[in-house]
This record gives sequence, C-alpha cells and structure tokens, in this order.
Amino acid sequence: MTTSHVPAGAHPNDGHAGPRVGLFVTCLVDLFRPTVGFATVALLERAGCRVEVPRHQTCCGQPAYNSGDRKEAAAIARQVIAAFDGYDHVVVPSGSCAGMLRVHYPSLFEDDPDWGPRAQDLAGRTHELTSFLVDVTGVQAVNDQRHDATVTYHDACSGLRELRVKAQPRQLLASVAGLTLLELPDTETCCGFGGTFCVKYPEISDRMVTEKAEMVASTGADTLLAGDLGCLMNLSGKLHRLGKAVSARHVAEVLAGMTDVPPIGAADGGDRR
Amino acid sequence: MKATSHAFVDNAHAALGDGQLRRALGNIETGFQRKRAAAKLGLPEFEALRDQAKAIKDHTLAHLDLYLERFETQVHAAGGQVHWARTTDEARQSVLDICRQAGARSVLKGKSMVSEEMGLNDFLQDNGVRPIETDLGEYIIQLRREPPSHIIAPALHLNKEQIADSFRDAHPQFPAERPLSEPRQLVDEARSVLRDAFLKAEVGITGANFLVAETGSTIIVTNEGNGDLTQTLSRVHIVVASIEKVVPTLEDATTLLRLLSRSATGQEFSAYTTLSTGPRRPDDPDGPEAFHVVILDNGRSALLGTPAQDTLRCIRCGACMNHCPIFAAVGGHPYGWAVPGPIGAALNPGLIGIEEAHHLPHASTFCGRCESVCPMKIPLPKIMRHWREKAFEKDMMGTVPRLALWAWAWAAKRPRLYRWTTGPMMAVLGRLGRRKGRFRSVPLAGGWTRHRDFPAPQGQTFQQAWAAHQRGARRKGQ
Ligand code: SF4
Repeated sequence: MTTSHVPAGAHPNDGHAGPRVGLFVTCLVDLFRPTVGFATVALLERAGCRVEVPRHQTCCGQPAYNSGDRKEAAAIARQVIAAFDGYDHVVVPSGSCAGMLRVHYPSLFEDDPDWGPRAQDLAGRTHELTSFLVDVTGVQAVNDQRHDATVTYHDACSGLRELRVKAQPRQLLASVAGLTLLELPDTETCCGFGGTFCVKYPEISDRMVTEKAEMVASTGADTLLAGDLGCLMNLSGKLHRLGKAVSARHVAEVLAGMTDVPPIGAADGGDRR
Repeated sequence: MKATSHAFVDNAHAALGDGQLRRALGNIETGFQRKRAAAKLGLPEFEALRDQAKAIKDHTLAHLDLYLERFETQVHAAGGQVHWARTTDEARQSVLDICRQAGARSVLKGKSMVSEEMGLNDFLQDNGVRPIETDLGEYIIQLRREPPSHIIAPALHLNKEQIADSFRDAHPQFPAERPLSEPRQLVDEARSVLRDAFLKAEVGITGANFLVAETGSTIIVTNEGNGDLTQTLSRVHIVVASIEKVVPTLEDATTLLRLLSRSATGQEFSAYTTLSTGPRRPDDPDGPEAFHVVILDNGRSALLGTPAQDTLRCIRCGACMNHCPIFAAVGGHPYGWAVPGPIGAALNPGLIGIEEAHHLPHASTFCGRCESVCPMKIPLPKIMRHWREKAFEKDMMGTVPRLALWAWAWAAKRPRLYRWTTGPMMAVLGRLGRRKGRFRSVPLAGGWTRHRDFPAPQGQTFQQAWAAHQRGARRKGQ
C-alpha cells in the first residue's frame, strides 16, 4: 500500500526555540497506524515543541519484560535509553509504553550503578501524550478542531493507574467542536488485551473484551477513542466481529484533526463497520 | 489441600462455559465494588490508613521471630498453649492430637482459610473426627463437598436454588415440601441444624484474622456470630493461623481492622469482632477450658527477604479478587488452591511451587486494579512478574513461544534490520487487508482471530513515512 499518511500541515518545526522532544512512536503505531505518529507530531508542534524521531527505536521491551525475560528487556531498554539521551522530553502516544519507560525501566536497573541513573533520568523526562500536553506544556484546548461525533473513551490500564491519565484526554476532547463524550459505565475495567495475555489465555481475554465491547456499544457512541493502540486493536477487532457499528480511533487522531483516514480495522471508502 | 492449579486453563474453560456461574459472578460489582467504594469515600483518612497499615506489617515482618515469640509467651501467660507447625502435615497432626485428647468425635469449625490450606476437614474425617462448618457459606460448600471459591464469600459461585437443592438432600429430617426459595428460609434451616451441633460441641476450631503479640490474643471478625459460638460453647478452642497473622499491639490490630471490613464488604466494622485471650478464667461467665493456637509456616518464612515477602502483609480482605477482571471471568475455583485471585497468583507459587502454580501469575493483564484497591498496598503485579521471571529461568515457557520471543527480541535489538524486515511485511499485510481493513483469520494468530478480527496495518510503517516526509521537507527547504 502506498497511500501516504503524511498529513498536510505537519511540517518539521525547526528554527525556533521550543523544547526539544523525542517521539517514542511505539512498535504498534510504527507498524500498524503511522497516522497516530503524525498526529502526535502535529499536536506537539502546535504546542511549540521541536520534534525529532530517533531512528534507533523499535519497541519498549514489554513483550520480554512481561514474559519474565529480564535480560532481553534490559537489553532493549538500554537501547531506548541511549536513543533518547539528551532530549528535553520524550513523548509517547501510549500509556502502556510510557509507563514502561517511566515506572519499569528504573526498576529494571535498580541495582545497576551505570544504567540505573540513566533510566531514572529518562523516566523523569518521559510522558504520555495527553498528559504531556496538559500537564507539561499547559495546553488547555486544541484550537480550531471539529469532529462531529459522539464518542466514548476507554481508559487504558497502565496510563490510568501508573501515570494517572484520566482527566487530560477528556479536557482536550472537550475543546473539540461537535464532539460529545458519552462515558462508559465502568471505565476502569481492563479490556482484556494485556499484550501476550490475549493470545496466551484467549478464552479469558475473549470474555473480557466481549463484555467491554458490549459496554462500548451500549453507550450509543459511534466512535471509541483511547490512548493506546493495543487496547484499540483488541476492541475494534471485537466490535467488528460482533457486528457493532462503532469505529475506533486513537485520541490523537481526533485531537489533531487527522480523521480523513479510515478508522482502525475499517476499509478505505468509509466502511464504518 | 491438593492443588489443581496446573489445570488452570481447562478449569477456566469449564468455568467460562457455566452460565449460572457467570450470573453469580455478575453480582460482584454491585455486591462488593460499590460498597467498598462507598466505605472508602466515607473515611477521609483511608489513604493515610493504608500507609500506616503497610508500615505496621512491614515492621512486623522485619521482626517476625521476635513478635511470634512474644505472642507465644503471652499465650502461655494467659494459660494457653502454642503449637508450631512447619508443614500442613504437622499442623493437621497437632489439631488431631488435641481433638483426641479431648475425646471429641466431632468438631465445630469457624471459617478459616488456613484450615483449607491444611486440608483439615478431609484429614479429620479420615481420622474419625467429624468437622462441622458453622459459617453459612462454608456449611453450604461442605455439604456439596466443594472447595471455597472466594476467601470471604466461600459460596459466591452458587445461587440460592442450588443451595436449596443441597439442603433438601442433606436434611431429610424436614418435610420434603417445605419452602426454601427465600434466603431467610435457608438461613433459618441451617441455623436450626447447627444449633444442635453447637450445644453438643467438644472442640471448636477457628481461624484468626490477627494474633496480638502484646496480649497473646487472637482476633476473628465475622458477620454471623458463628465464630463466637464455636469458641465459647466448646470445651476446647483451637485457633489455626499462619505466621504472618501476628501484629505487635492491639492498637496495630485496630488500625488494620478499620481497613479490613471496609475493603472486604464495605462495612465500617463487621458485626462481630471477637478477641480470645487464653482459656476461661475462674470468674469468666463462659469460655473454653483449654486454648490452643496452632501456628503454621508452610513455606512463608522462606518468602522473607524475597520479592514475594510483601504478600505476607495480606489481611485476606478479598478486595483484590473483587476488582480483578480475571476473577470476574472465571471465579475462584480454577486457581486451584485455598487462595484465589490476584493474591493467590502472587502468593501461591511461593507456597505450592511455581511448577504447580505457573499459570496463576501469567493469567493477568497487569491491569493493576488489584494493587490500587489493596488496603495493604501489596504490589501484586510486580510480584506476579517476579514469578514469571522464575518460570522463565526454569525454562517453563514452551518451545514455540520461547523461540518467538527470542526472534522478536533479536530483531528489536537491531533497529536497522528491524526496519528493513517490518517495512515490507507491513506493506504486504496492508495490501492484503486493504479491501476490508481487517482480517478474519491470520496464520499463527489463531489465539487472536478465533475471537476477534485483526485490524490491517495502514501499509507504510511510521518510520518509512517519516523518512519520506523528512526528505520531502528538505527538498522543499532547498
Ligand atoms: S492482597 Fe490486599 S486486597 Fe488482596 S486479600 Fe490481601 S489485603 Fe486484601
């Protein structure tokens, strides 16, 4: 597929003196949904940041870390720490991966005199996207965005509990014209993704995602938003399988006005299912 | 108790297919979650109490030998006896010996998770002593010969029709046509059966929520009052408890009590909070003639100084399982041992071995809700991850997942190669999935696509698109 996902209006913003931000794009966004990466860049640039994307990044290492392979997790973590050396901030369009850098890297290198301080340093500079915009740059609203839709918002677990991301995306969404937010009845329950969990214990994961997807559909929203692509792929996959007419997008797409690409798991040409 | 944790996947499969169980588990949210949330709201110092409670237990665990010995001294001073048991075998034998000395042919039992861990009921039964559970939930599952499915609501998995059926089978002394459709009728019937047993009691066995080192007292909390009757009407009172139940002072115990019921059932305090200190003294109106405390280790002391030590702070309130989405899906039985839910996943590998219990810490999304509600601030996901690391070290992963992880990590550590390989892969996947935007099945991803569609990638990776974008910007700038 050759369609470009480079939006108009996302220009590298060199030549002014905002903070220098390294984008940790995450493996899922890199591989599955570059639009989220460009939306993140656009939001950061509009907030006055100079954004760079270090080439030397792949994944945050969670698949190894959560499988009990501490050694490989540490090897990948060292690569990330080195790649993001020197940036004023590191911004991640995922609460889960941001949590890995902020909370778990320091604990991976707890007893390491060389990497421990570097991991701590990176942790202090790393932020989940919406929390960075609101809490660090002080952005209160996204300007001139319109998205006519009723949406519901899924709070992904790591962002919610490790990073206290809850109010920030809602505050930003409130400034999008035409958008109505219908809250889920039980926003704090996990969607059942859990990385490798969903393929290791597929039946349990299925029960969890089924209940969540039905809850999402019951809100009457036409779009599901969240800040983590893992949960979104899980939920959108289930919504499609159940035949529910709810589309799914990363919150950054809506905040940046990049909703001209099809929703997650939907075909070109406006397939809403 | 014989563990069946190794069969977690099969037992979870059976549980997921059980419609009745699903309805029963559906009550957790209204029954426990909302009540806890309301109780927490009603206590502004709840968060501060959590910190205090954690500090009390951390301090106790750092000086566990000291407080256990002080407890023993104080029990002796009050006229009671302490029996140390390294293993469940030793603990069961101690209990049996006391029962035999007392000439008891049946014993009353209050609810005790440690006695479940010991497999005490079956052992006593096999040795000619009939145990009679007096907690309503425990009584019901004893009739049905089932293990408890929840630490504070042992019969959580049952509905009242199932209970009525069990009562009709077990109580032939009542008219066959009697109405048993209301909870009240079930409670009354159990009560009338148990009254007789209470009045004939020789030995009463209870657990303990706390052992107070300062006074040698044991504390239980109940809502039915059965624990009080069990221990005051019997001639001999045996307390079975595990080593980590000890706290230094009564003051400490009250701090923990303020959190316990609120976290468990949302009550400010349970209906009964009962302290026992030694046997009946000459001017006491009632109480047992003899008082024994059997204190069980069963692998706990080996957890001290390891990342799993924090599990020993647990006060068995059940909040972690009441907020666990895995528990809500499969219930307590698939965990296959006395303690289910997140605390079971964090504790059981340490007590019954990672070989037996390896599924438990793996069957978690690390959503972290358990830790967020745990009154003792036990980092449950972190401890589960510790057990995953142990399982990984022991090469318990299975060849295919192991290879897949290795290959992925190998590529992830080589960003340039990673880009070269993922780029074309995503291009192919993107092209294949372009028409529908998703796949109904993907080779090697059956675990995913059996239950949900797989969203197709957009086609270009971000890294490719970004590089192209940068080149374009540079050309424009020239
Ligand atoms: S781990 Fe925490 S929440 Fe779970 S039973 Fe123990 S004290 Fe309660």
